[in-house]
Amino acid sequence: MCLGIPVKIVEIKDQEALVEVGGLKQTIRTDFVPEAQVGDYVIVHAGFAISVLEEEEARETLELLKDADVIP
Amino acid sequence: MLSLEPREVLSKISKMGVSASFMEVCGTHTVSIARSGLKKLLPDSVKLISGPGCPVCVTAQVDIDYAIALAHQPGVIVATFGDMVRVPGTETSLLEARASGGKVEVVYSPMDSLNLARAHPKEEVVFLAVGFETTAPLIARTVQTAKAENIPNLSFLVLHKLIPPAMRALLALKEIQLDGFILPGHVCAILGSKPFLFLKEEFHLPGVITGFEPDDILLALFMLVKQKKEDRADIEIQYRRAVRPEGNPQALKVMEEVFEPQEANWRGLGIIPESGLALRHPYWDFDARRRFPLKIMGSREYPACGCGEVLRGVISPQECPLFGRVCTPDSPVGPCMVSSEGSCAAAYHYEEHP
Ligand code: SF4
Repeated sequence: MCLGIPVKIVEIKDQEALVEVGGLKQTIRTDFVPEAQVGDYVIVHAGFAISVLEEEEARETLELLKDADVIP
Repeated sequence: MLSLEPREVLSKISKMGVSASFMEVCGTHTVSIARSGLKKLLPDSVKLISGPGCPVCVTAQVDIDYAIALAHQPGVIVATFGDMVRVPGTETSLLEARASGGKVEVVYSPMDSLNLARAHPKEEVVFLAVGFETTAPLIARTVQTAKAENIPNLSFLVLHKLIPPAMRALLALKEIQLDGFILPGHVCAILGSKPFLFLKEEFHLPGVITGFEPDDILLALFMLVKQKKEDRADIEIQYRRAVRPEGNPQALKVMEEVFEPQEANWRGLGIIPESGLALRHPYWDFDARRRFPLKIMGSREYPACGCGEVLRGVISPQECPLFGRVCTPDSPVGPCMVSSEGSCAAAYHYEEHP
């Protein structure tokens, strides 16, 4: 039920977007991610985007690890 | 995704020398943990326990029986997510109901139920709304659309459940010793971190909101072990690329407009106050229970099925006497073996079984 993998938005029209999953195009709803832009990666759950992924934030997690002295 | 060296993180976890048990409350985490073999890589002192994180599994038997009874009503089509159709009710499953003439359609998105209703104007479509906070806003938006577009032959059997009240109920039982939670990333993408602060405030337990790659989970475990070592109980976010502390305000707003909290019946945990959702008054016309007030009698779970204990983390799937012998994915006895997110199915596919 929970796909959870990030997919890339290739087109946006009203409350819908075209995304690419493993080479296949699929339409999803963007009701809950009004900030989403073409080129963004989103998390899709049961046909709806629920979150726009932020690369910056991922890097922050890495920083956190560095602080914690896990990454040399 | 994260370019870190797992072995390094594992050795840091070991070196902290902490004994602790952590629970995950999300079926997708359960599967990722089982598939990656993470339990075997961790030091013996760090234990992982699965909790009530599979939406299909926590659905009460009486609710499954209600859905099956609906599928047998003349002129009714039951639409639901794929995982739901093979779950055994007291007598049959939805799949078996379909084989004996009931109408059951598997949909990918709740929005598909709108098209189904439009395509069958002479029939009644009932969508089985199962899922946690990740799913509820999607259903809420579908209900709003059905109302706005005036679709008369669509209704919703709302079986949604809320994770924080279930965690609180589980902790109050004091059946197992826990030192913290791997919190569900996509539930938290909607809810944010605030609804989990009770862990810190009421139980002095840490929680880390976690993504779904094995690396994410490993990192979250490191964060949990570190908190335990430092005697902290904070709600931290490991899965920052997808989760903001405030959650998803748009989704929360729609969920709030359509649903209000009400008690819910959980397999394994029983009735928990304010742990489920009901349609608010303006949407009552779309409530399947009001449209089809069926009385369900004699619901019971398969006597020896340990799903209840598995969902509370009291036993592991392997400790259920039926696991892998009587109960397998090909002939499942309980929902925990049916759902792709179920603990028993995950254990069967990725760990040892008889
Ligand atoms: S192994 Fe089967 S019978 Fe045992 S708890 Fe799991 S689903 Fe129930």
